[in-house]
Amino acid sequence: MSMKKKTSYLSLFRYLVSALFILVLTSESMLAQEASQELFTVNNTWMLVATFLVFIMHLGFACLESGLTQSKNTANILFKNTTIVAIGLVTYAFVGFNLMYPGDFSIGQFFGFAGFGLDPGVDGNTVAYADGAYTYWTDFIFQAMFAATGATIVSGAVAERIKLSSFLVFVTIFVALVYTIAGSWKWGGGWLDQMGFYDFAGSTLVHSVGGWGALAGVIVLGPRIGKYVDGRIKGIAGHSMPLAAIGVFLLWLGWFGFNGGSVLSADPELVSLVFVTTCLAAATGIIGAMLTSWFVQNKPDLSMVLNGMLAGLVGITAGADTVSVNAAMLIGLVAGIIVVGSVLLIDRAKLDDPVGAISVHLVCGIWGTLAVGIFSVNPDHSFVTQLIGVLSYGAFVFPAALVIFYGVKATLGLRVSEEEELRGLDVSEHGMKAYGG
Amino acid sequence: MKLITGIIKPHMLDGVRDALTKTGIQGLTVTEVKGFGRQKGHTETYRGAEYSVDFVPKVKIEIVAEDQYVDQAIEAITAAAKTGEIGDGKIFVSDVLQAVRIRTGESGSSAL
Repeated sequence: MSMKKKTSYLSLFRYLVSALFILVLTSESMLAQEASQELFTVNNTWMLVATFLVFIMHLGFACLESGLTQSKNTANILFKNTTIVAIGLVTYAFVGFNLMYPGDFSIGQFFGFAGFGLDPGVDGNTVAYADGAYTYWTDFIFQAMFAATGATIVSGAVAERIKLSSFLVFVTIFVALVYTIAGSWKWGGGWLDQMGFYDFAGSTLVHSVGGWGALAGVIVLGPRIGKYVDGRIKGIAGHSMPLAAIGVFLLWLGWFGFNGGSVLSADPELVSLVFVTTCLAAATGIIGAMLTSWFVQNKPDLSMVLNGMLAGLVGITAGADTVSVNAAMLIGLVAGIIVVGSVLLIDRAKLDDPVGAISVHLVCGIWGTLAVGIFSVNPDHSFVTQLIGVLSYGAFVFPAALVIFYGVKATLGLRVSEEEELRGLDVSEHGMKAYGG
Repeated sequence: MKLITGIIKPHMLDGVRDALTKTGIQGLTVTEVKGFGRQKGHTETYRGAEYSVDFVPKVKIEIVAEDQYVDQAIEAITAAAKTGEIGDGKIFVSDVLQAVRIRTGESGSSAL
């Protein structure tokens, strides 16, 4: 081989090697950068979609509660539902978010506060904040929507006789302090989280907390006039089954975000699994309620079936990502069965709950939480831990709600007058009718 | 002139209206009412609890007609509104002192 040819082969080789080297280096870092940023965008986008899906649950509650109560109180129900969203979001912005996610706890692992107001910090809106799953703002607004839904559970149970101003005071304190401090024990990394307690999307943290509040309200408030007469239970019929049905379907729609977003990323396997478990539990909840209602009441009751759908959804909420599909269906079925029994028994106990909030959210929230201990595929979850969680929340939230309600009762008064209740709260509290003209 | 008032079951209205127009009646007025006779009320259940419905929905038909049409009208209403079950309703006939057609100002029989 001539010298010239050897040199040219060598330089070609060197050239190729360096070109390859540079190519590999740049493409590797480019790939790492691109995938991270793209994945971040996808994850965050899904979380924002989940956020507005949870938001639509407020419309669902508004419709459901309106439908299951009398038309003379509809404007009042809608008013309460509207203001609850406002109070929930605003208190969460001022104190709630930082009470629920304090970062560092100051009193044991029970209480911590990261300061007033919102602050994304230096990396709040970068990949670094949550491993590219969502931004600080997404985190806040998603969780704020959750808080508001927890608060609105109470409004149905106390409907048709609670004084508006008193209710607003209760909700403000409840969502700002009770829901948040309780929530920090698990989602905020507190003592229950460290113990291994598991609540995927809030059967306990949202639904049973709201349910305990509802139970406290129903007890302190007393029943509607004419509900329990001469030892007998009188039916006070809701005025619009179509509205109630629209409401629960909107709630199911919202649950795609409620559970789907609780994956806290757009992880394809987990989100799609959660969609499946959630929907199947809703379906078997309907079936369970239908069969139970048909058997116990002789004719299948629409309002029970609607409650059954929600019961299944609440039931699966604790473990939607950690139980098998078959278990999900069983959890929903059992929830549908017990919700019917619970509605009837709670009425027999002379606790007047116009919409069945206690049965759907408290009773089935407890069931869903314990079901994780029974059915979870994760060996770290245990029934005992779940039970401890359930009891702890009960021991804190229920007395706290009672204290707030009794406090409000002693200062502002809790109920409207008899005449106001009989005339209807629309006219009495708002000087207007929902169905005017 | 006579006022014929019929209280009938709501779902019988279409049949009664057809029967009356066949007799040549020019107009009638319909009101949705509630009431009870010997039917009394009934109980319904809501979420496992009973509640009594004292007043049953009915429809009230009012016709003003010449005296000679009254029997025809009563026959028509009765035939069309009867089911044989309790709650079929009642018909009342009373005197009308004056009738006026608003558009033209006619009064008496020509107002009917």
